[in-house]
Amino acid sequence: MNAADTAFVMVCAALVLLMTPGLAIFYGGLARSKNVLSTMMHSFFLMGLASVIWLVYGYSLSFGSDIGGFIGGLDHLLGRGVGAEVMKDLTIPSSVFMAFQGMFVIITPALISGAVAERMKFKAYVIFTILWITVVYAPICHWVWGGGWLQELGCLDFAGGLVVHLNCGVAALTAAIIVGKRRGYGTRAFIPHNLTLTLLGIGLLWFGWFGFNAGSRLAADGVAGNAFLVTHMAAATGALSWVFAEWILKEKPTTLGFASGAVAGLGSITPACGYVGTTAALVIGGVAGVICYLAVLAKDRLGYDDSLDVVGIHGVGGVWGTLATGLFASTLINADGADGLFLGNASQLGVQAVGVVATILYCAVATAAILFVVKALVGLRVTEEEEDAGVDTAAHGEVGYNL
Amino acid sequence: MKKIEVIIKPFKLDDVKEALSSVGIHGMTVTEVKGFGRQKGHKEIYRGAEYLVDFLPKIKVEMVVSSELVDQVIEKVIAAARTGSIGDGKIFVMPVETVVRIRTGERDLDAL
Repeated sequence: MNAADTAFVMVCAALVLLMTPGLAIFYGGLARSKNVLSTMMHSFFLMGLASVIWLVYGYSLSFGSDIGGFIGGLDHLLGRGVGAEVMKDLTIPSSVFMAFQGMFVIITPALISGAVAERMKFKAYVIFTILWITVVYAPICHWVWGGGWLQELGCLDFAGGLVVHLNCGVAALTAAIIVGKRRGYGTRAFIPHNLTLTLLGIGLLWFGWFGFNAGSRLAADGVAGNAFLVTHMAAATGALSWVFAEWILKEKPTTLGFASGAVAGLGSITPACGYVGTTAALVIGGVAGVICYLAVLAKDRLGYDDSLDVVGIHGVGGVWGTLATGLFASTLINADGADGLFLGNASQLGVQAVGVVATILYCAVATAAILFVVKALVGLRVTEEEEDAGVDTAAHGEVGYNL
Repeated sequence: MKKIEVIIKPFKLDDVKEALSSVGIHGMTVTEVKGFGRQKGHKEIYRGAEYLVDFLPKIKVEMVVSSELVDQVIEKVIAAARTGSIGDGKIFVMPVETVVRIRTGERDLDAL
């Protein structure tokens, strides 16, 4: 065991946890005031629910002994065999590894909630997330990080471009379509009720993302340091390029554009951060800000109501970041990784594309199936009257502001 | 007695209050309101989606005064609240039948 590595990963785990309240604040500000609590509860509730699932069986399905490259076995049910002993090939105790990975299973379904905010029934959301973590998150996490087939294939995803961002983005698109539009979408104005909250939220997300990305090295070394630096740079260029794109196209640089661009840059650098250098990070973040902005603009023409733009930012950013890893990856940055297309290894881009396609197909089909099951069990939406009055009073019996 | 209702731009409230004090008006009720007239709304943009916001924030000042003060009040309000650009607001004057001060039971002009 290495004490520095262990301490580093524990601190990083706490940073990743902080991203979920950060996300709640980010999303909460974007919702209308009558839905602020239900929107925030979608994130906070998972700090309880997803954590318990992780301990009971989620960790085992993700990181248990491999079954056919598809899923982990049941050898770690209820945390069995997880403790002080050092993880294979690592220098930290398995308890720390389990805790760190457990923060990712909280935030990934929480990210999806942005697509169904302001209309999904809370009971349906709870059942959906239980099934989604079990059927979608755990297998894909196993494929990429737990010794599954994508990892065997050499697919590179340092901190969750596939497992977290593309995964939540595809699930968000599926859910936005199946749950349906909010009442009045396209005719009424849906204006964020408090962008100051949203800006505070991106501050916390940016801060926590250092733990998310650098911590994914699971050691305090040079690769972690590189991940830390390029994460910051991609956030910076993502924020700038989004703001400049809208300044040119819509005449005004907006604060929400800055916040959204930072998330686009952060999401895109996530799979790449342990394999690419700073120049690549500038490009990855800069391109992310523009393409995610264009993707959000295209939403109106495509006609689905992804309330808080999970698809345009995390889905598109996840695809771009994962493919960009296949372009820019360098074994000079990380000897455990691979070279990308620009260093003469075109096949890596192909492997990354396989990861993208597999994640999209599996996640879309499984998410749709889960939603139809939940719809048959309890229905997906609040009633029209409840939606008009706000989900906060209908679902939680509270209002966010008694001024 | 007349009730005077004045709709003004929010940043003019202090000027209007001072102008009214100078003619001896020492009580008024102020409400934050939203509305629109000839001044059209403005455009807001969130992640590229553009919304026309019709309802603009205004301040409504209400007061009840003796009838002979009405012209003076109107003059003072116009002087204080006018910017000359569209959206300066309106003044409404309407008759009042009775005023009662709850604490003492005094009525009408004594109660103002």
